[in-house]
Amino acid sequence: MFSSGVASKSLTARLGNILGWIVSLLFGVGWASIIAWAIIVSFRPDNEPLGRGSVWFGSTLTLANYAKAWSLAPFNQYYINTILIVLMVLAVQMITITLAGFTFAHFRFAGQRLLFFFILLQLMIPTTALLAPNFGTIRQLGLFDTRLAVAIPYFGSAFGTFLMRQAFLEVPRDLVDAGIVDGCRWWQLLRHVYLPPTVPTLIAFGLSSASWHWNEFLWPLVVTISDSVRPLTVGLVRFTQLGEIGARWSLLTAATLLVAAPLLLVFLLFQRRFIQSFLHSGIK
Amino acid sequence: MRKRRPSILPYLLILPTAFFVALFTAWPTILSIYQSFFRQRLNIARFRQPSFVGLENYVQLLTGSDFHQVLRNTILYVVGTVPLSIVLAFLLAMMVNRRARGIGFLRLAFFYPTVLPMVSAATIWMFFFTPDYGLFNTSLAALGYRGPQNWTANPNLALVSVMIVALWKNAGYYMIFYLAGLQNLPGDVFEAAALDGASAWQQLWHITFPLLRRTTLFVSTIAFISAIQTVDHIFVLTNGGPSNASTVLLYWLWQVRFEYLDVGRAATITVVLIVFLLIFTVTNFVLSERKEIPDVQ
Repeated sequence: MFSSGVASKSLTARLGNILGWIVSLLFGVGWASIIAWAIIVSFRPDNEPLGRGSVWFGSTLTLANYAKAWSLAPFNQYYINTILIVLMVLAVQMITITLAGFTFAHFRFAGQRLLFFFILLQLMIPTTALLAPNFGTIRQLGLFDTRLAVAIPYFGSAFGTFLMRQAFLEVPRDLVDAGIVDGCRWWQLLRHVYLPPTVPTLIAFGLSSASWHWNEFLWPLVVTISDSVRPLTVGLVRFTQLGEIGARWSLLTAATLLVAAPLLLVFLLFQRRFIQSFLHSGIK
Repeated sequence: MRKRRPSILPYLLILPTAFFVALFTAWPTILSIYQSFFRQRLNIARFRQPSFVGLENYVQLLTGSDFHQVLRNTILYVVGTVPLSIVLAFLLAMMVNRRARGIGFLRLAFFYPTVLPMVSAATIWMFFFTPDYGLFNTSLAALGYRGPQNWTANPNLALVSVMIVALWKNAGYYMIFYLAGLQNLPGDVFEAAALDGASAWQQLWHITFPLLRRTTLFVSTIAFISAIQTVDHIFVLTNGGPSNASTVLLYWLWQVRFEYLDVGRAATITVVLIVFLLIFTVTNFVLSERKEIPDVQ
């Protein structure tokens, strides 16, 4: 399993290969069992509690847990909130990172390095760590308990700016110069020269940003209080703490999967693209 | 070519990004430093208004036993999850870096936790840690384990249980960086080494590891930041308990600010957290600037 170079056909190498396969398989099954268990139990009748020796399938498969979970908490409202928050972050980020990335790649201006480092500050001090003072800011802006409050700290993205700048720097200078000779204004250059080859980068950043914000928990927990604005993650944790839920695993797994399903499905559909996007945006 | 005439256009285009970074990164950093010199407790009427106390918050923090325990937990959490998840990520990458049937399944199995929300992952793990019939316990029992069952409520194991969830969730994410690194390795070097009689282990130690140093540095940076800023699973699994046994800096910060409503102390913890992060990122930056690290990516 460890031979990246020339394949050797000795007996030890073969044994090693088989051992490698067994270990890989054990790891794979171990990793997958977590989600497999959750999916199976979410279809298990709620009145058949788990117990020693019976933790997988029940007597039959049922969709009742999903319906029940849906009725116990306002999941459709949570869905709307999460989607709106994610779309809001994405829409603004796409504009801010494109403009900032373009500027740092295309122009030369006084204080350029200083400004770039200033923006990169956001990479060194993650916004999550600043939740206490940012909470105060949100209150003063009168945004407490709104969807905008959840989204607004992420409207500027150091990583997105960095990523777009790198992508724009790869655009051949000749193309840019030709555009300038043709009399393109800056927005025409951006639209017709810089953006077309860098759309994949933008999509990659968008995918990982979307999944990051879909999954975020702590900040929305802090700045929201009503179900009408809270996202799925916060809703799920509130749901698990409901008195009547306790150890009703069928309901818990159904609710858990309700929260995770959209991203998991998108991931399954666009696996390669997803992994690529995560690869290219290390810090989300 | 590029514009030489001074213009305000570049500044205008950067303005939105710079504005939000200023408002939600720079300003709160300054505000925290400022507030850390004041006493302000929102749940006590006479301390509602901030009053200047100099370094008292820092003195109280550094001499308090809570802080020592939380700092110890945080260091344990970082030391326990970062190197282990890197080793694990590398192993997983080796496993999936083959052309064979079933590799697609393996990649999927290792990577899907990345797109799962941490709160969802932790909710599922809650069952795995359930005493008696939880799959984690029954698997351990099958391997001969006879120790305590209730991991998340055990003072010695609560922190370990949240670490396990983080390891499981992140290893597949870091794996993809190693996978990319492995696939970019120059094949001819290995061929030459094999011709010279280097064993697979020797190739691994003397070629693969050194060539992947940059990847490791990068992964350790994101792993560290993730270890510091992800506490969602603690909310689901242990609530920092029992008696602070699984409380790490960020969780504690949340508790002090939003449960104990102690603004001054929360600001002080924020400053400590920022210092913690900066020490790491600056060290890492200095390391990555060292010339002898080869660049394969």
